[in-house]
Amino acid sequence: MTTISDIQKQIKSSSAREVIENALKLARDNDDYHALLNLTEERALKRADAVDEGKITGKLAGVPFVVKDNFLAFGAPTTAASKMLEKFDAPLQATAVEKLEAEGAICIGKANLDAFAHGGSTENSAFGPTKNAYDKTRVAGGSSGGSAAITALDVVPFALGSDTGGSIREPASFNGVVGVKPTYGMVSRYGVVAMASSTDVIGTFTTNVADAEMVLQIISGRDVRDMTTLPDFFEVQSDIKPGLRIGLVKDFMTGDVDADVKARVNEYVEKLRANGHIVEEVSLPMAEYSLAIYYIIVPAELSSNLARYDGIRYGHRADGATTLAELYGRTRDEGFVTENKRRIMIGSYVLSSGFFDAYYLQAQKARTLLINEFNDLFRSYDMLIGPVAPTPAFKLGENTADPIKMYMCDIMTVATSLSGLPAISVPAGNSESGLPIGVQLMGPYRSDASLLALAREMETK
Amino acid sequence: MTQITRDDVLHLAQLSSLELSDSEITGLQADLGNILTYINKLSELDTKNVEPTYQVTGLQNVWRDDTVINYGVTREELLARSPESVDFQVKVPKVL
Repeated sequence: MTTISDIQKQIKSSSAREVIENALKLARDNDDYHALLNLTEERALKRADAVDEGKITGKLAGVPFVVKDNFLAFGAPTTAASKMLEKFDAPLQATAVEKLEAEGAICIGKANLDAFAHGGSTENSAFGPTKNAYDKTRVAGGSSGGSAAITALDVVPFALGSDTGGSIREPASFNGVVGVKPTYGMVSRYGVVAMASSTDVIGTFTTNVADAEMVLQIISGRDVRDMTTLPDFFEVQSDIKPGLRIGLVKDFMTGDVDADVKARVNEYVEKLRANGHIVEEVSLPMAEYSLAIYYIIVPAELSSNLARYDGIRYGHRADGATTLAELYGRTRDEGFVTENKRRIMIGSYVLSSGFFDAYYLQAQKARTLLINEFNDLFRSYDMLIGPVAPTPAFKLGENTADPIKMYMCDIMTVATSLSGLPAISVPAGNSESGLPIGVQLMGPYRSDASLLALAREMETK
Repeated sequence: MTQITRDDVLHLAQLSSLELSDSEITGLQADLGNILTYINKLSELDTKNVEPTYQVTGLQNVWRDDTVINYGVTREELLARSPESVDFQVKVPKVL
């Protein structure tokens, strides 16, 4: 697959204009995957010319990329794959996009997602699902399905996504690319449509680990516009010391997990051992509860965050309402997909008086127990390993009738989200039928650099 | 099994400022019941004397310089995004 340095060689031997024109052509040629909602063609070509004229320079000068369409970015509407924001023209750009542009990178389009990032298959997009890069009858995963597929289709060497409970890692696994969910607070979320503020993070899709490190180095760091960002700490680590202690989370390797998935994880474990690392089975008993915790806390937070879509200041407004209450109700009915409504209503339920202690407060306490278990494990282990999802990419429509079945896809990714820990999905081979499978590497708070260094070392073995 | 009635769905819709169609109400009634049954799993856990976690960074009282940040956006640009505005004000239907 194409790397950033392949693209940089192409720019040197031809021009940024040619590279960007080619990326736009590839995007159009792959239209049937529906990975992109809109191209930012005019702005991209203008920036390419500026690179060729030497007016735009930087580490990524002329390199094309794509953002999930919940990032505010110029050149096309920022829709969050919803009718609510279908025509929303962003007045400013996300910090991550601004930082990439400051290094000369060129955004060529906006990637499909589950509307407002609610979902694990991109089938909740108001504009139709994205198809898997390896099998058009299957899902791309989600919610960042478009970003994952477009990277796997070699249209761009990298893409940005957001991950609230697995939305980068699962589609990365399903499409055979590297997906990074950094430590909570490592990358500014300013200018990204908020979902659940205590777990939302911004991360990357790339075709190899070194490219992820390069992009993360650029987009990470403290931002006064996002007061939850941590002081700068991410520095690419050149190598990894042998003899790491790694825990294989056996709670994620149960009988329900697809045999191919387990086989690929076990092979990766053998490879780690062959390279001088120690891998032992460990237990994370709270993992069993993590999905229930997640589907209380996240709906609670998003029901509050999505209250802003009221048809008043921006976005869709229903026609013909005669009172304000009617305007809110109809605007939100028309602007949200069913999954958005489901989650908002669950959020309203768990936060309502009489239920608050039993659900929301109980979940926040259970979250503490989960975090304590991780802390205990990381006293004895440097990292953890396990699958990303219980299966490879499933069929389009297979899980849409049953929300709980769909939520189960997140069962191995939500625990680290709730705990703010870094976790990455790296390609680990295919299923017997040729579908990509990723393994998940998880580390302590702020251990992003060593996780990536290990993944990079293993990539070449 | 957590029973959710049609009235519960309508009440939640009202709390959430959602005007739902009839067909959606029926589907949501079943879905919400199933989801609540699933998340009820947490009642098994003993959380006595456990402090809740609301955020994971440990950051507290994050200060910035007391200067206005230039967001590069004008009042006109923001008002232009409202579905209806008059004389620098956003127009809405009557409240009552």
